[in-house]
Amino acid sequence: MDETPQIHGCPVSDSHGQEVIHPSREQYLDVAKALADEGYTLAVDLCGVDYLSHMGRPLPSDIVPERFEVVVQLLDIGNRRRTRLRVQVPENDPVVASLFDLHPGTEAPERETYDMFGIEFEGHPDLTRILMPEDWEGHPLRKDYEIGSIPVQFKEANA
Amino acid sequence: MATTEEELIESVEGDAERDRRGEDSSYAVFIPNTHEGAQLLKPRSQTTARELMREVGSVLRMSEAEAAKLGDLPDDPEEDQTMIINMGPQHPSTHGVLRLMLEMQGEEVLRCKPIIGYLHTGMEKTAESLTYMQGSTNVTRMDYLSPLNNELVFSMATEKLLGIDQDIPDRAVWIRMLMSEMNRMASHLLFMATNGMDLGAVSMMIYGWREREEVLRFFQEVTGLRMNHNYIRPGGVAADLPAGWRDGVLRLLDIIPPRLDEYDILMTGQPIWRERLQGVGVITPSEALALGATGPIVRSTGVPWDLRRDMPYLEYEQLEFDVIVGSYGDAFDRYAIRLAEIRESMKIVRQIVELMPEGDYRIQDKKVTPPPRARIDESMEALIHHFKIFTEGFKVPEGEVYVGLESPRGEIGCYIASDGSPNPYRMHMRDASFTNIQCLPHMMRGGLVADAVAVISSVDPVLGGVDR
Repeated sequence: MDETPQIHGCPVSDSHGQEVIHPSREQYLDVAKALADEGYTLAVDLCGVDYLSHMGRPLPSDIVPERFEVVVQLLDIGNRRRTRLRVQVPENDPVVASLFDLHPGTEAPERETYDMFGIEFEGHPDLTRILMPEDWEGHPLRKDYEIGSIPVQFKEANA
Repeated sequence: MATTEEELIESVEGDAERDRRGEDSSYAVFIPNTHEGAQLLKPRSQTTARELMREVGSVLRMSEAEAAKLGDLPDDPEEDQTMIINMGPQHPSTHGVLRLMLEMQGEEVLRCKPIIGYLHTGMEKTAESLTYMQGSTNVTRMDYLSPLNNELVFSMATEKLLGIDQDIPDRAVWIRMLMSEMNRMASHLLFMATNGMDLGAVSMMIYGWREREEVLRFFQEVTGLRMNHNYIRPGGVAADLPAGWRDGVLRLLDIIPPRLDEYDILMTGQPIWRERLQGVGVITPSEALALGATGPIVRSTGVPWDLRRDMPYLEYEQLEFDVIVGSYGDAFDRYAIRLAEIRESMKIVRQIVELMPEGDYRIQDKKVTPPPRARIDESMEALIHHFKIFTEGFKVPEGEVYVGLESPRGEIGCYIASDGSPNPYRMHMRDASFTNIQCLPHMMRGGLVADAVAVISSVDPVLGGVDR
């Protein structure tokens, strides 16, 4: 049987020729730090995915699928290469560490992910809604967020 | 002045106490009766050391102690000497609906907080209910000044998922390159217009729009539309270039260079223009990279990073062009880079015109390409095939993929997760402006409010892309 290849103790998979690292929530920050030391100094993008209706997605065998995923795209300018982190985030405790201290550029994307999915980033300096109004209820990009029949939520609408 | 959490809580409670007594607390106007609630800029005395560090320390790579020390400078103004004002969202120089909260001491900007979301229309959610076929109609409206780049990145991500990214016909690839370079010209020409207008060179606005219109006229000939083209689609492009396209392109290449020379006379060499831009909104390479800035912003700091050259996509490795870099990281560098990039793009377009191959403009893969219109009249199967592709769309295998490329504003990226159905399970766009806007507080720190306008303009954000 083939061993799953690993980077910094995390299983690695290949998605259409792109390298994907699957750290656990505990490993996430350390792996990001180790990768930054290797040259992946630019966190290009961070987003969330809600796999509520697609739990059977392909993952390395030792990864337990959870409802949410936080996906981080890292870029190594010196060696011109990219890698991707996919962190499983359970529904009942949607908290992951914030990359802010390592990559301050993830401030806005983490807020966006919080806004859209309700995933909290521990250590983020200002975890507030960024795109939706402050008093909005619910997280619109979740798969169980109904579209089409949303009551108007702006304050003035009820005045 | 940095304070501890306890003091913060105490002072907030103190404010509440004063409110009950009917006294005006210094910033009560900003809480809690506005929509934005917590999105406020707290008075300096109520800023904790950690928050202060966030504003200066983390990005400037300082330790918490150093950052706190910076906050405790003796000339750090008292609360009653500063004023918090809102700039936007309806301000003419915020390029759409960007709102900035500025803390001012006299004319000097001490802190700045960009607030976005006024143009949020949930396009990523919309994408989940559109097929891949319809997807490019949606994404083209995101960053509305570079629609063809949006379509291109979406199509490339879809093709990668389908596994046909190596099979796209040459002509389609070269048409894509031609269109995205023309788009870069159009976008930068509009930057010339708005940047000029923001800084008081009002006639520049007319000139910039005029030249951009010439490019858009070419787009209209090719795609039928001036903006929001839906021209680049998974599998190729929507239609072949029209007869006589070469003349249209060559005419443009004749018109624009002398106009760019006029810009040089009007702006680049002018002492007033230089005074307004040089040394304004300076950002260092390490700050820019830490903040995830890409495109002209990171290049203005001297980092030669251009995805077209460094991680080539399409056929860019066959073309000759220069990556323009600045050296000071100020607003003038960003202006000069964009002006020079128009010239580089023209150089690229000239090579494309010469090298444009003949052949198909879309892949002849029945799975993604509808049959030609003429076949529908004679074949029942072709009709069914056409109908199925346009109603159900085509299924895309399970998987996830990220594709990034160089848009006029920096790296635009598309992350698609597919569950095997004809709709993307999740489609995320990494928009360059969204990340670049994070640089504003650092560029504005310590500048004048008049320079704030120059700084916003030099970042060239497109709020349609920021808010999506």
